[in-house]
Amino acid sequence: MTNHLKLALIAAAVSLLAPPAQAHRAWLLPSATVLSGSDLWVTVDGAISNDLFYFEHNALPLDNLSIAGPDGKAVAPENLAKGRFRSTFDFKLAQPGTYKLIVTNQGVFASYKLDGENKRWRGKPEELASAIPAKATDVKVTESRSRIESFVTSGKPSSDTLKPTGVGLEMIPVTHPNNLVTGEKATFRLVLDGKPASNVSVEIVPGGIRYRDTLNESKATTDETGTFSVTFPNPGFYWMSASVRDDKSKIKDARRRSIYTTTVEVLPQ
Amino acid sequence: MRLLISAALSTLAASSSLASEATISIDIPQLDVVEYHKPYVAMWVEQADGGKITNLAVWYDVHHKKNEGTKWLKDLRQWWRRTGRELTMPADGLSSPTRAPGTHQVKFDSAGKPLEGLTPGKYRLVIEAAREVGGRELLKIPFEWPPKAPATSEAKGERELGTVTLKLTP
Repeated sequence: MTNHLKLALIAAAVSLLAPPAQAHRAWLLPSATVLSGSDLWVTVDGAISNDLFYFEHNALPLDNLSIAGPDGKAVAPENLAKGRFRSTFDFKLAQPGTYKLIVTNQGVFASYKLDGENKRWRGKPEELASAIPAKATDVKVTESRSRIESFVTSGKPSSDTLKPTGVGLEMIPVTHPNNLVTGEKATFRLVLDGKPASNVSVEIVPGGIRYRDTLNESKATTDETGTFSVTFPNPGFYWMSASVRDDKSKIKDARRRSIYTTTVEVLPQ
Repeated sequence: MRLLISAALSTLAASSSLASEATISIDIPQLDVVEYHKPYVAMWVEQADGGKITNLAVWYDVHHKKNEGTKWLKDLRQWWRRTGRELTMPADGLSSPTRAPGTHQVKFDSAGKPLEGLTPGKYRLVIEAAREVGGRELLKIPFEWPPKAPATSEAKGERELGTVTLKLTP
C-alpha cells in the first residue's frame, strides 16, 4: 500500500468518525407503500449513500429497527440481512392500515486536544467519561440522535402510527404520507421533543440521482408551528431530511444534534 | 292471470319511461403484446368539483384463488385513492370479472342502484383501466344529471382504452 493511499484511507476513516457527514444520506426504501389485497409482504432496503436511492456506500445498521403496526403493536421484521452496501428485511402486513418503519441511532462525538494534538472520539454516551483523558483540553461533545422513517399502507390509511414519541426530532404528517400524488400540496409538521420545531430547513431530494445531472433538491422551512408544505412535481420516491442543533443534550456540556429523515413515495395522478 | 302479467308489464314500462338512463359503452382494445392480461377497469361518477363519488362498476380478477386478484386493485390508482381502499372486494352489484377485448355495454338508470341517489347537478364519468405488465389510462366524460334531452358524448383512449361513449336518455 502506498503512503498516499494509506493517508487517504485514514482520512476516510476519520471522516466516518465525524458526526454524520451531510454528504451521505441514510434511508429506508420499501418495495411498495400503497398496497391492496391480503396476505401481503413488503421488503425494505436500508442504506447510507450519496446517490438516492442506490446502494453504493454502506449498509444501514438495523440494530435499532422497529416496525409499528396499525394497532400500535410492534411487528417483527423477518429475513434480516446485512450486505456490503445495504441492509434488508421483510415484514408481513397482517392487518389493514398504516405501518411505520423506524430506525433510530444515538451516538456521541467528542473532539479535544491532548498534548497539542487534535483528537477525535466516537462512542456511546456511557463510554464518554472514561474515553476522554483528564488532561484533555478544548473538549467539545456532540450528542447525535437520528430517526429514519418510512411508511407503508395496506388498504385504507390509518393514523394511529403517525403519532410522535415526544423524543428528538420527529415528523407528524398532516397529509397522510401514503396519500401523496403529484401536483397536490402535502403538509407535514416537525416536532422536537414533541414541541413545534420552527424555522427548520428541510431538504427534499427526488430519487433517481444517478440518471440526471442536477440534484433537483428543494428546500422548505418550517413556520412557527413546525409546519412545512411541499408540492411534489413528479412521481417517485423522495428523501426528506432536517436537523436541529441545540444545547438540550442530557450529557453535561454537550451540544445536541437531532436528525429526522424520511422516504415518501409520490404517485402519479 | 294474463291480465295480471300485462298489468305488471305496463307498470314496468311506466317506471322505465320515468327513469333517466345512462348507457356506457367501452372499447377494450386488442393489443399486440407478448404477455396479455385483461385490464382491470373501474368506472365511477364524481361531482364536477371532485367531491362525492358514486361507484358504478369494477372489473377485476374475481376468480383468482383466495381472492388474490385484489392485489392489483391498487393499480387502478386514482380509483384506489378516491374510493377503492375504503371498500371490501368483491362487492355485490359492483365487482365482476375482467372483460376481453371488444365493446362492452353497461346500463344504469335513475330508478335503481347506484344512480338512484344522484342529485341533480354537474358530474364526470371516470373510467380507469390498468393492465398487469401493461399500462394505465384514465378517461373522463363530463355530463349533467338528470339529462334534459338525449345526449351522447365520448372520450377516446390511446393505449389501454378505446372509445368510451356515454349515452344519456331522459
